[in-house]
Amino acid sequence: MAPEKDFWNPQVERLEREELVSLQEKRLRETMEACSRSPYYSSLFRREGIDPARFRGLEDLRRVPFLEKQDLRDNPSTYFLTVPLDDMVRVHSTSGTTGQAVVIYHTREDIEAWAQLVARCMYMTGLRRSDVFQNMMGYGLFTGGLGFHYGAERIGALTIPAGAGNSRRQVQLMLDFGTTAAHIIPSYALYLTEVFEEMGVDPRRDTRLRILYIGAEPHSEDLRRRIEEAYGVKAYNSYGLTEMSGPGVAFECLQQDGMHLWEDSFVAEIIDPDTLEPVPEGEEGELVLTCLHRRGMPLLRYRTRDLTRFLPGDCPCGRRHRRIARIKGRTDDMFIIKGVNVFPIQVEQVLLRLLGVGSNYLIHLEKTGTRDEMRVLVEVTGEIWHGDVRELRALQQRIREELRSEILVTPQVELVEPGSLPQSEGKAVRVRDERKD
Amino acid sequence: MAHQINVFLENRPGRLERLTGALTQAGVNIRAITIADQEGFGVIKLLVDAPDKAFDALKEEGFTAYLKDVIAVIMNDRPGGLHEICRALDREGINIEDAYGFVVQELKTALLVVEVEKIPEAEEAIRRAGIRILSDEELYRL
Repeated sequence: MAPEKDFWNPQVERLEREELVSLQEKRLRETMEACSRSPYYSSLFRREGIDPARFRGLEDLRRVPFLEKQDLRDNPSTYFLTVPLDDMVRVHSTSGTTGQAVVIYHTREDIEAWAQLVARCMYMTGLRRSDVFQNMMGYGLFTGGLGFHYGAERIGALTIPAGAGNSRRQVQLMLDFGTTAAHIIPSYALYLTEVFEEMGVDPRRDTRLRILYIGAEPHSEDLRRRIEEAYGVKAYNSYGLTEMSGPGVAFECLQQDGMHLWEDSFVAEIIDPDTLEPVPEGEEGELVLTCLHRRGMPLLRYRTRDLTRFLPGDCPCGRRHRRIARIKGRTDDMFIIKGVNVFPIQVEQVLLRLLGVGSNYLIHLEKTGTRDEMRVLVEVTGEIWHGDVRELRALQQRIREELRSEILVTPQVELVEPGSLPQSEGKAVRVRDERKD
Repeated sequence: MAHQINVFLENRPGRLERLTGALTQAGVNIRAITIADQEGFGVIKLLVDAPDKAFDALKEEGFTAYLKDVIAVIMNDRPGGLHEICRALDREGINIEDAYGFVVQELKTALLVVEVEKIPEAEEAIRRAGIRILSDEELYRL
């Protein structure tokens, strides 16, 4: 095993399997205790006849019903709090307006635990205090920005909160501060190579970049290799979700062979999304996560909708936290564009609100050059049109604006004739994803 | 009230052909046509001899069509002819949303078709200026 100095938290990262499991069980009991103080879980436990005090091992967890995203939408977030709201210091949320967004509250300790997890991930891939880290993710309610920001600061790296966009400035910052590591959306990383070229800057020769963190968007191994090649760096895959605090759930080590899921902080199960039974070890299924690291708003057995599998065998890095494969896709029709999770239902709701009637629509995702583009095709029917050209222009504009505020991505809106979109037979085709790496 | 038909059309090959095909099939004669082209789509405005028949035929064919109230006026075919109409409307503060003109051989005159918001007021203003408005029968019988 690598020397202790190669681990951010050697006590936890170097635990043997049995030690890790007993740590999980201890923390699970504490988490269950905490849960019983939240209105949601106290009533759930009562209904299901679950007594946290009698919780022994991980197998007891299977008695707790799965938590769906819809449960988080249907209940006020405060129902999940185990401590008074006054003890909360931070709120993050998934994209979506008030009605649809999932809101997660954090105590000071929760923020620290999360920051430590991200620091662990970054340290594992070689980030040190001598590094200059440029965070090119959106800040704000989105967890990708602040999560990595805190992680890098905990390590002591010089952190540049560059935020998203402003491409030429990103390149200039890299040159000015001698950026060695950056956090970037994979599709944006590819796009940025064009900006480098325009500016006559060679990222391999003219920058000090050596590490890229690419996450927030499912991407292929091939895309990773292309990014590594273009920048002359190692690019590490990151996995996390707002409901589990954000980035830092699972992360690649130097081996770049699967992401270690931090089992001191999460209990991971992989289930068959149809039968809800655990899949045989190593088979693909839906990842279900229980937080062990968050005390203010712990969630039990949350269905992530992400498809993955556990990788077999021990990782040469010495960590016994199991590795999950690159996320393959979603169990439902959610898609990710520019780092944002979007459900077709959100688009549907905007259209319904603006047009007053349900309209046939299609979401078209494609790559233009290296950028992901989203087009929303909307059928213009007699119910929504009164003969005016300007009316259509205005409609197009309003749909675009409303969608932007709903999903945080600005799509192109195309008005099409009725009947030109695929008709729904059974389940309608709502998303056509033609993005290929 | 005279009507024209506004049709929403995607800007791609074959669409206009389908539209004219449907009208031919229905035996509808087109008097005038304008196309307002936007990015990716357009609105076709049709003045025909049988608007209701044309409207039904287009609906049948799956087009999104709208029967739009318009005013058709006889325009003096000489310098200032259009100006007279515009001035009459402007005096009443009536905005012309869209308009197109065409020459009618048989009448040896020109027609102007205007789309406005306040139709009764516009008609009143035009009549007061001594300009003749065609009735819908006259218009369709052209």
